[in-house]
Amino acid sequence: MALLEVSGLSKHFVRTPGLFGKKSIVKAVDGVSFSIDEGEMFGLVGESGSGKSTTGRCILRLMEPTAGDVRFKGENVLGFSRERMRRARRDMQIVFQDPYSSLNPRMRVRDIVEEPLVIHQLGSRDERRTRVRELFELVGLEPSHLERYPHEFSGGQRQRVGIARALALNPAFVIADEAVSALDVSIQAQVVKLLLDLQQQLKLTYLFIAHDLRLVEHICGRVAVMYRGRIVEMGDTTAIFANPTHPYTKALLSAIPVLDPDAPRTRIALDPASFDAAASLREIGAGHWAAV
Amino acid sequence: MMTSAAPLLDVQHLSVSFGGPSPAVDDVTFQIAAGETLGVVGESGSGKSVTAFSILRLLQPPGRITGGTILFEGRNLLALSEAEMRDVRGARISLIFQEPMTALNPVMRVGDQIAEALTVHGRPRSQARARAIELLDAVKIPDAARRARDYPHQLSGGMRQRAMIAIALACHPPLVIADEPTTALDVTIQAQVLDLLRELRTRFNLALLLITHDFGVIAEMADRVAVMYRGRLVEEGPVRQILRSPVHEYTQNLLAAVPGMPTHGGNGR
Repeated sequence: MALLEVSGLSKHFVRTPGLFGKKSIVKAVDGVSFSIDEGEMFGLVGESGSGKSTTGRCILRLMEPTAGDVRFKGENVLGFSRERMRRARRDMQIVFQDPYSSLNPRMRVRDIVEEPLVIHQLGSRDERRTRVRELFELVGLEPSHLERYPHEFSGGQRQRVGIARALALNPAFVIADEAVSALDVSIQAQVVKLLLDLQQQLKLTYLFIAHDLRLVEHICGRVAVMYRGRIVEMGDTTAIFANPTHPYTKALLSAIPVLDPDAPRTRIALDPASFDAAASLREIGAGHWAAV
Repeated sequence: MMTSAAPLLDVQHLSVSFGGPSPAVDDVTFQIAAGETLGVVGESGSGKSVTAFSILRLLQPPGRITGGTILFEGRNLLALSEAEMRDVRGARISLIFQEPMTALNPVMRVGDQIAEALTVHGRPRSQARARAIELLDAVKIPDAARRARDYPHQLSGGMRQRAMIAIALACHPPLVIADEPTTALDVTIQAQVLDLLRELRTRFNLALLLITHDFGVIAEMADRVAVMYRGRLVEEGPVRQILRSPVHEYTQNLLAAVPGMPTHGGNGR
């Protein structure tokens, strides 16, 4: 069953270049549609400026979309009142790339993790404190870390604090926006393992936004590829990596450095004239969609 | 791998301290032959960038070299005067950084920055401008003559990185140190820059000290690999040997953490 359904989502920005310049419209996200099933880890990939992070932010209404429809558990999120949206956010959380800039440097981490519970007026003080301890244990932090400040942690530990905070309200859905991109590879592997363990343990559903295609290939069941604000290809990760169909996906996947020094390397250059940028997605195989 | 002639760069027992309890670089020894690419891998704080900066004697205080020798083209760089060292930097060993925007001068035209690299090292001003355009052309910047008049902010990230490579190659140095040269780039742009580096390497017989945390980049570029961990060089060898049958436990763990690494188990997903 679909937990999240996004259809025709668009976010346009009006750009005014100087006083006398002509206004232009930047279509950061342009008619994006996809749905995520319960318990799924859905990957959203693309290069800088492709609109993948903007898509994530529009789903949570951290940014108001220009058009489109977002349904979470069947309810129209974009139609929610302020108050209703605030409650909805208990169920929909986000973990950002840089835990350093998303954690308040002047708060102890125990207060950072407890804050969502305070905001949503959940539990007594003692119950909240107990919950924070549970969360610390859940994400693999020591109880002795509770009184520390964010700067006293390594990057991987800070990301664990960010995850604990995101999980404080027991959400069903978590957006991981380049959540492991800034981490060293061994730390990245540990945090990815944590995210996967939590998925099992708490029946979480993820939207995993990333530019690291090799990582997405290994952890996401399905993936959507964004290019210039649109999804150009979507489907089972194995099918897309084995048989990319859209010219952009082909170019993108051929650019990933191959880990075997003796593997043949064939770079496929992107020829923007080789496809119709306005084409809509159509199903080209079982659950495999491409804008061709 | 190593020819019978003396290596281009011969680092022996290099140690660097920043005044802390443990050295930032601890008794590191490696060589690079002319035309060879040595990939240096390791995680943040392992000492790979500090090693590179030590070779150019560009350590920021309190960092200082506490021991070892750095033989380059037969001379010990650590024994040179600062003036002699300035003749080495840029002309004989040059540097490519991760972030071109911080390495390029924002208020100077790209062509002038390349020309400056040439005139500083004694090339006549009259020829420098034409040579700058040649170099922009060599790094495959389209319409080089016009682009030479652009300021860095007018170039895309990939083009800025090419401009920085053009500056690094201006004086035909036999050794280029590239510190995470493609880390900030999108994967398709990274592929273009790696292709370019590979082509230039052959064309100019460049030796490359390539610092990266990306084993894909290593597999594509390196002849040999040195693995650094906590200031020490824990393993070094030909790229296939390191990627396929690493001996040191740290290298094994590091490789096991790389998503999609085909060797010895991986992470099982």
